[in-house]
Formats: sequence, C-alpha cells, structure tokens
Amino acid sequence: MRYFIITLGILILGVVLIAGRRGDLSRNRPMQIFPDMKRQAKLRPQTANGFFPNGFSSQLPPEGTIAQEQPLTVGGRAVYSFEDAPVNTGRQTGSTNFIALNPFPITGGFLARGEREFNIYCAPCHGRTGEGTGITKKIGAMAVVANLHDKRIVEFTDGEIFHVISQGKGVMQGYASQIAVPDRWAITGYLRALQLSRLGSVDDLAPELRAKLQ
Amino acid sequence: MSAIFPKWTNKLPLMIIIGGTLTAGAVTAGVWYYFTPKYFRVGYQPIQPVAFSHATHAGQLGMDCRYCHSTVEKSWFSNIPSSSTCMNCHNQVLKDDPRLALVRESAATGKPIPWVQIHRVPDFVYFNHSVHVNRGISCVECHGRVDQMEEVYHAKSLSMSFCLDCHNDPASKVRPADKITDLGWTPSEDPNEAAKRQEAFGKKYVHDFRIESMNNCSACHR
Ligand code: HEC
Ligand code: HEC
Ligand code: HEC
Ligand code: HEC
Ligand code: HEC
Ligand code: HEC
Repeated sequence: MRYFIITLGILILGVVLIAGRRGDLSRNRPMQIFPDMKRQAKLRPQTANGFFPNGFSSQLPPEGTIAQEQPLTVGGRAVYSFEDAPVNTGRQTGSTNFIALNPFPITGGFLARGEREFNIYCAPCHGRTGEGTGITKKIGAMAVVANLHDKRIVEFTDGEIFHVISQGKGVMQGYASQIAVPDRWAITGYLRALQLSRLGSVDDLAPELRAKLQ
Repeated sequence: MSAIFPKWTNKLPLMIIIGGTLTAGAVTAGVWYYFTPKYFRVGYQPIQPVAFSHATHAGQLGMDCRYCHSTVEKSWFSNIPSSSTCMNCHNQVLKDDPRLALVRESAATGKPIPWVQIHRVPDFVYFNHSVHVNRGISCVECHGRVDQMEEVYHAKSLSMSFCLDCHNDPASKVRPADKITDLGWTPSEDPNEAAKRQEAFGKKYVHDFRIESMNNCSACHR
C-alpha cells in the first residue's frame, strides 16, 4: 500500500511538473485532440492561402471594379465612392481647386463623431488639442509634427484639410484606408472647431454672455 | 489451512477501495483541471516575427486600439494593421532600428508580415466583433489586459461556456461606449461602490439598448 501511494504521488507530481498550471505561458500551439470540424476548407480574411498565386486569402479587386455599396447622401443627392465628386476628393469636380466648405451639415453629433475620430487617429502625433505635441513628440521620438494652429494651416480650406487626411503630406501618410469618407469630413469639422477655439475673442459672445463674463 | 490466504489479505478489500478511490480521484481531478481550454488555450504566446509590444504602443504611448485595429467596430473581423500603418510613425521613429527591418521591407515590397494568429474560434462558430464593441463590451473581457502585454497571449479561454457566461448576464459587463478601448477602466476605485454603479448602469444600459441574451444555438452556430 505504501508503495502504491508513493508511486501515485510521484506520478501526480510528474504530471504537474510537466503539464504545469492553468494559464502558464507557452510557445506551443494549443493541442487539438478531436479535430471535429474545427478547421474547414474556407477562406478567412488575412490568412495565407495557397489557392491564389500570391498566397493571400483576401484578393484585391481588379482595376476599375466598382464596389457594391450604399451611396452617401450629400445635399440631397446620392454620391458613389467612384465619382469625381467634392465629397470624395475634396476638390471641385473636374478641377484641382479645393472646395471651401465641408459638404456635410455641421451638427453637434457630427462634431462629436469628429472629436472621437480625431482622438483616435490624429492625437498620437498632433495631440488632443492639435498643437503638434502628441505623445510621439513629447518623448522625442518624432522630430517634425505640424502644429495645426499654424496660421498657414488655419488658412487651408476644408477641402485641403480633407485632402491632407486622405492622401497625407510630406512625412505624414494618408488615412484613406483607415478612416471612412464621412468620418474624414467629421474630423475636418472638428479640427475647424479646435482652431476656432484658439481664435475666438470675447467679442464673439452674445451680449448677455459677455456681460456675465465681465 | 491458514497458509492459503496470508493474514494481510484481510485488508485487501479496504486497500482496493482506498487505492481505487485515490486513482479515480486523481484521474478525475487531472481531467477536470487539464482537459479544458482554460488550460490548453490560455497562455498561448507564440513568437511573433517582429517584437511588437502592446505595452509600449497601447500602454505607454496611450494609442487607441482602433488606430491599428480599425475595422473592429465596423465588421465581424478585427484586422491586424498593415505595415504601412506602422510606417506612419516608424518612417521617423526608430527609422534605422534593426528590430523594424521586417516592417520596412514589408512596407516597401507589399509582402505581408507573417504574424502568428493567437485567438481563433472554430470555423463552426460565428463570432462578430462589431456587435460586441458597439454594444458596450470592452476588448478586455475577451482579450485581457493587452495594453500591459509585451507580447500578446491568449488570456481568456473563449470556450462556449465563457461566451455563455456573459450572454446570460451581459448587465454585469457592459460599460459606456467611450470606455470600450480603455482597458483599465472601472466604474469606481472602490470595489463596493464599483459593483453598485455597475449594477445600476448595467440595468439601465441593457434596458435602453434592448440588449438580448443570445442563448439560442443558432446565434453562434449559424
Ligand atoms: C503618425 C503621426 C501623424 C498622425 C497620426 C497624423 N499626422 Fe498630420 N502630420 C504629421 C506630420 C509629421 C506632419 C508634417 C508633415 C510635413 O511637414 O512633412 C503633419 C502635417 C499635418 C497637416 C499639415 C499639412 C501641411 O500642409 O503642412 C495637417 C492639416 C495634418 N497633419 C492633419 C492631420 C489630421 C487631421 C490627422 C488625423 C487624421 C493627422 N494629421 C494625423 C504626422 C501625423
Ligand atoms: C500600433 C498598432 C497597434 C495598437 C495601437 C494595438 N494593436 Fe493589437 N496588434 C497589433 C499587431 C501588429 C498585432 C499582431 C502581432 C501580435 O500579435 O503581437 C496585434 C495583435 C493583437 C491581438 C492578438 C491577435 C491574434 O492573433 O489573436 C489582440 C487581441 C490585440 N492586438 C488587441 C489589441 C487591443 C485590445 C488594443 C488596445 C489596447 C490593441 N491591440 C492596440 C497592433 C496594434
Ligand atoms: C503612433 C506612432 C507609432 C505607430 C503607429 C507604431 N509605432 Fe512602434 N513605436 C513608436 C514609438 C514612439 C516607439 C518607442 C521608441 C523608443 O523607444 O524610443 C516605438 C517602438 C517600437 C518598437 C521597438 C520596441 C519597443 O517596444 O520599444 C518596435 C519593434 C515597434 N515600435 C514596432 C511597431 C510595429 C510593428 C508597428 C505597426 C503595427 C508600430 N510599431 C506602429 C511609435 C509608433
Ligand atoms: C466578446 C469577445 C470579444 C471582444 C469584446 C473583443 N474580441 Fe477580439 N477576438 C475575439 C474572438 C473570439 C477572436 C477570434 C476570432 C476569429 O476566430 O475569427 C478575436 C480575435 C481578435 C483579433 C485577431 C484577428 C485575427 O484574425 O488575427 C484581434 C486583433 C482582436 N480580436 C482585437 C480586438 C480588439 C481591439 C477589441 C476591442 C475593441 C476586441 N478584439 C474585442 C473576441 C473578442
Ligand atoms: C462580456 C460579454 C460577452 C462575451 C464574453 C461574449 N458575448 Fe456575444 N454578445 C454580447 C452582447 C452584449 C451582445 C449583443 C446582444 C444584442 O445586441 O442584443 C452579443 C451578441 C453576440 C452575437 C450576435 C447575435 C445576433 O445575432 O445579434 C453573437 C453571434 C455572439 N454574441 C457570439 C459570441 C461568441 C461566439 C462569444 C465567445 C467567443 C461571445 N459572443 C462572447 C456579450 C458577450
Ligand atoms: C454565445 C455563443 C454560443 C451559443 C449561443 C452556443 N454555442 Fe456552441 N460553441 C460556441 C463556441 C465559441 C464553441 C467553441 C468552443 C471551443 O472551441 O472551445 C462552441 C462549440 C460547440 C460544440 C462543439 C464542441 C466541441 O468541442 O466539439 C457543440 C456540439 C456546440 N457548441 C453545441 C451548441 C448547442 C447545442 C447550443 C445551443 C444550446 C450552442 N452550442 C450554443 C458558442 C456558442
């Protein structure tokens, strides 16, 4: 009996020593005892797949493909993403002149959306206030980051800001693939509000509010 | 006659019972403890081709998850960022660092970085990120404190009972929409106060947003 208990004890100890505890870090892929139908022959995004010559599961659409999509509604008109329309390019149709004003109506919800997106995509470099003092600048990792309150940038038209967000400028790369078109316009609207917050004066206030302040 | 069965055999039935119980107990405990995703999945931490650290980027730099995982709110699938996303910063930051050689090469040639996938549900399960993230479920519930991980590991079991535990009681997990990617967020510093606030908030949120407990099999096995 004694030997039995000792053997059992050694066995348990061995298993625990080899197998470890729950949650231990391991470099090995989790084992799969019964494969069932856990892995099926179907394509998943962003995985390797030998079927196509380039080895990707997600293929780029052929040149000139038109996406099946819900069009945007701008000024009561449906605009598709392939159109050369101001809302897609920030430029007047058929010219290289930037449009002056945001094609979307500026509402509270629109600006709130813009604030959220700005804080996600722009704040790491330009900072939450747009001064160009984001965290990457603060720790000295990034040398040049534009101050969005610069007179030159304040004088940009809305279309030009949209264009910078979409295509980038200089060392800043474009965000067209990450941020949807309406969100890029929302960021433009919010950036305008940020810039205005530095340019406002007491005279802009309604008379009764001004009286309250003084 | 006494030589046929020596004296110790009197104890044999007792020994068999004790031995059997001990062995069965040990085997049961072993199966219970080890034969579960809580053991074989949690802690899986493959070696990634680039020593990318969430603790640096999401923790110290305070980047929002959606800067890189930008489709997480829009589609069922959460993307791994392309190397051009890394180059947004790394065309200036650590420009010539050898740790980023693969990223630069990938951005220049378009050959993807072979990141090793960590979380993956079986193909017969339908999972969707956007329904969760837009309904007040934070990344931390299913991925743990990624913002503190030098290298990502599988923090939760993602077994069926794990999913159902929450689907049975979403009110205890939902949080305000702007705190989804703030992994360290709690309703209050004080645990008692936090539990109270969570209960009140959860009840209201589940009611206002009409969150249903999806427990029918076809919600996930469709
Ligand atoms: C990865 C860091 C980074 C991020 C994120 C970033 N920018 Fe920039 N941005 C820069 C840098 C660097 C410059 C300076 C470019 C130059 O002068 O070469 C710049 C310049 C600009 C300019 C001025 C362009 C000009 O003509 O000088 C604008 C406007 C701007 N950014 C807007 C934005 C907006 C809006 C966002 C959010 C969608 C954003 N940036 C996100 C790094 C960034
Ligand atoms: C700078 C870009 C960046 C940011 C910001 C970022 N991630 Fe990641 N994430 C990555 C990359 C690249 C990978 C793939 C490499 C790896 O697994 O470490 C990844 C992998 C992951 C994985 C594992 C994916 C798998 O294979 O199963 C999870 C989970 C994850 N990220 C969650 C988060 C969460 C939560 C946040 C916000 C706190 C976040 N990430 C912020 C770039 C980023
Ligand atoms: C917002 C800008 C930004 C983005 C986007 C970014 N990084 Fe970084 N990265 C940094 C900064 C800042 C550091 C810290 C530099 C230092 O330590 O001086 C860093 C450091 C690193 C390091 C060095 C190891 C460490 O943790 O210090 C690696 C490797 C790295 N990044 C990989 C990546 C990869 C891969 C991506 C794309 C998924 C990426 N980075 C995207 C800003 C960024
Ligand atoms: C309700 C649970 C849940 C929540 C909340 C959640 N995830 Fe996931 N995540 C999963 C599961 C399950 C998978 C595996 C998906 C699959 O197999 O397709 C996954 C996979 C991933 C992957 C890897 C995708 C791949 O195929 O390589 C990333 C990256 C990721 N999640 C990021 C995030 C981020 C960022 C958030 C928060 C904004 C988040 N997740 C919130 C459960 C969740
Ligand atoms: C922390 C809580 C939580 C966890 C964990 C969780 N879910 Fe959910 N899930 C929710 C909530 C909340 C909803 C939204 C219900 C609603 O919209 O009414 C949801 C909705 C869903 C839906 C959509 C159902 C439909 O048709 O509308 C699916 C599918 C789903 N979950 C699958 C999963 C799977 C698979 C897992 C495990 C990997 C999982 N969930 C883990 C909270 C959770
Ligand atoms: C909230 C989502 C969800 C719901 C609802 C759900 N399941 Fe599952 N189920 C899962 C996930 C996730 C897995 C994969 C578990 C794993 O890989 O560890 C799974 C796995 C399974 C498996 C395979 C187990 C194996 O390892 O081979 C069966 C069988 C199953 N579910 C049956 C059901 C039945 C029957 C119902 C209805 C009563 C149901 N499921 C409802 C999420 C769900």
